[in-house]
Amino acid sequence: MTQLGAEVVVSNPTSKKTVNTGTVFADNELCLPVKVFYGHLMDLKERVDAIFVPRIVSVVKKEYTCPKFLGLPDMSRALEDDMPEIIDTTINMQEGWRQYMKSVLELGSRFSSSRMKVMGAYKNGVTALRDYHHHMLSGKTPIELLEKKNFSAQKPRLKVGIAGHPYNIYDQYISMNLIKRLKGMGVDVVTAEMIPDSVIELENSRLPKKLFWTYEKEVVGTVYHWANNKSVDGIIYVLSFACGPDSLVQVLLEHELRKNNNVPMMPLVIDEHSAEAGLITRVEAFVDMIGRKKESLVC
Amino acid sequence: MLVASPRMGHVDILLGDLLERLGIEYMVPPKSSERTLALGSKHAPEFSCLPLKINIGNFIEALENGADTLIMAGGRGPCRFGYYAEVEKRILNEAGYEFEMVVVEPPSMGISKFLGPIKEASGKSSRKIIKALKESFPKAQAYDMLEKYVLQNRCYEVIPGSTTKAYKQAMDVLSNIKSTSEVEGYLREAISVVDEVDKDPSRDVLKIGIIGEFFILLEPFANFDIEEWLGSRGVYLERSVYVTDWIGPAGENPVGGASPSEIVELAKPYLSHAVGGEGLQSVGHTIHYARDGFDGVVHMFPFTCMPETIAKSILPRVARDIHIPIIHFTIDEQTGKAGIATRMEAFLDLLMSKKRARAGN
Repeated sequence: MTQLGAEVVVSNPTSKKTVNTGTVFADNELCLPVKVFYGHLMDLKERVDAIFVPRIVSVVKKEYTCPKFLGLPDMSRALEDDMPEIIDTTINMQEGWRQYMKSVLELGSRFSSSRMKVMGAYKNGVTALRDYHHHMLSGKTPIELLEKKNFSAQKPRLKVGIAGHPYNIYDQYISMNLIKRLKGMGVDVVTAEMIPDSVIELENSRLPKKLFWTYEKEVVGTVYHWANNKSVDGIIYVLSFACGPDSLVQVLLEHELRKNNNVPMMPLVIDEHSAEAGLITRVEAFVDMIGRKKESLVC
Repeated sequence: MLVASPRMGHVDILLGDLLERLGIEYMVPPKSSERTLALGSKHAPEFSCLPLKINIGNFIEALENGADTLIMAGGRGPCRFGYYAEVEKRILNEAGYEFEMVVVEPPSMGISKFLGPIKEASGKSSRKIIKALKESFPKAQAYDMLEKYVLQNRCYEVIPGSTTKAYKQAMDVLSNIKSTSEVEGYLREAISVVDEVDKDPSRDVLKIGIIGEFFILLEPFANFDIEEWLGSRGVYLERSVYVTDWIGPAGENPVGGASPSEIVELAKPYLSHAVGGEGLQSVGHTIHYARDGFDGVVHMFPFTCMPETIAKSILPRVARDIHIPIIHFTIDEQTGKAGIATRMEAFLDLLMSKKRARAGN
């Protein structure tokens, strides 16, 4: 969009204010990520002419993202009567590539009448995204990549996998700096992004019925992969309270881990009332336990 | 083989009819009760939706009573219901139950995934199964039409409870239907049974539309028998969803009335894309009811239900724009009847005073 001449404003990083505002505007029963999203909308509301809230229906054929993503633009419009225009480009891979490209061009045509220019900007965007994915496979977390930081653990004694949705794990406020905290405890952290898609697919093929939520497939594939090759000492599964898909996926994960009976997993349920002290206590206890388990195995 | 299914409204009658035609022995689990829900809540994940919990309770009670095969519908998302069967199977296995599970996927996922499991369970050919479906379906529709008629007429009854009593007799009449040609005759007879109830047509009734999630709307245990409760308080009811409209071939809603395409069109200014389940329909039907001059809308759905939570986030704006009062009920295992009754009474009072104020002007 910047290349096409639009001035792009990104909402401020999540803060207490974001969560509080979002919670005021949101319906009680909504999951934390949507409440946080509302907070970000309100942060932008007075500052922009339009807000880009794409309707991401599907990113893989025959699969969906999450129902909430399907309704997000309409929910955004319903927030207040004087919302700025919501640009709701629909991304639906169930309708195929041709339709996808049409959506991209339609979005681009708002900013530039030249198709060439739009395609050029699109290609540059895709290249940037690919580079980013590539870097993550090397073991860097998105926070480290985007903010050019390095939280590497000093002489890591343990390795913990963090499973869950990126918008929870990589939002430093929402996850209460979970990754940084773990690394500070001398724990090395791995996440889903460090596992190639082909491995995720392969692990998912063991399910009798294919999951129809792409982002849940990522969670399942990741945890199954860690559990089967025992590449981590423990797994922390971050999920938001009232998350629909995760409520069922949790069963698939726990079932598999109990069957293998060797990689401990701690579900960490977060909502707008989660407090830092509670999180730290639980994470510390978990790290102590997997540490003791590892020592006892060595002896 | 003794097959059992979860309970949901009168679905057991419809499924029983179909399975009988296919020569499969069928058992109806005990009526959903506090025990059913307690069993389900014990085994199901904490914030899974209520239908899953009741399903699991039904299955456990069926297995306790001797069922060895469980039948369940599948789905292709994005609503969680599509993955219920898979999760239920695991939960029950983990709890130590032994059984076979027949999962019937919707025909849109491939005809073999729809017919295959039924073929395997019944040993009948596809042709015979389709024939049984074709015979069973009009009968199922008759049950829905009768139900709709009861919802519209209970509000006029003179003796409390008389309509419910007649409804039970009328359902027995429908159970005589053996072939499609008999449907019309028996349905007329069933309706005349309901018509015999003493009515007071001059009564000042409120008109309310009920919208929301399918299971909650159809299962009286899950909705605290809200339809009977409202009807006996003089409320004329329409409901956004009926069993056969839901499972029937897409394109028409012969029982409910409004066609799906019309509903989608009505919802468009507020929700322009399907969000799974009945989320879009809840928004569309609300506008439809407002247009038909209804006094209010009751929205019911399970706690954490994704499609309906989306609808609930959008409906307040719809209500503001087109001036129709909506009351929302989020239901989970903690919900009590008294709480619903209190809120509903207040809602009815408000609607009535609003209606009288309008009439006075």
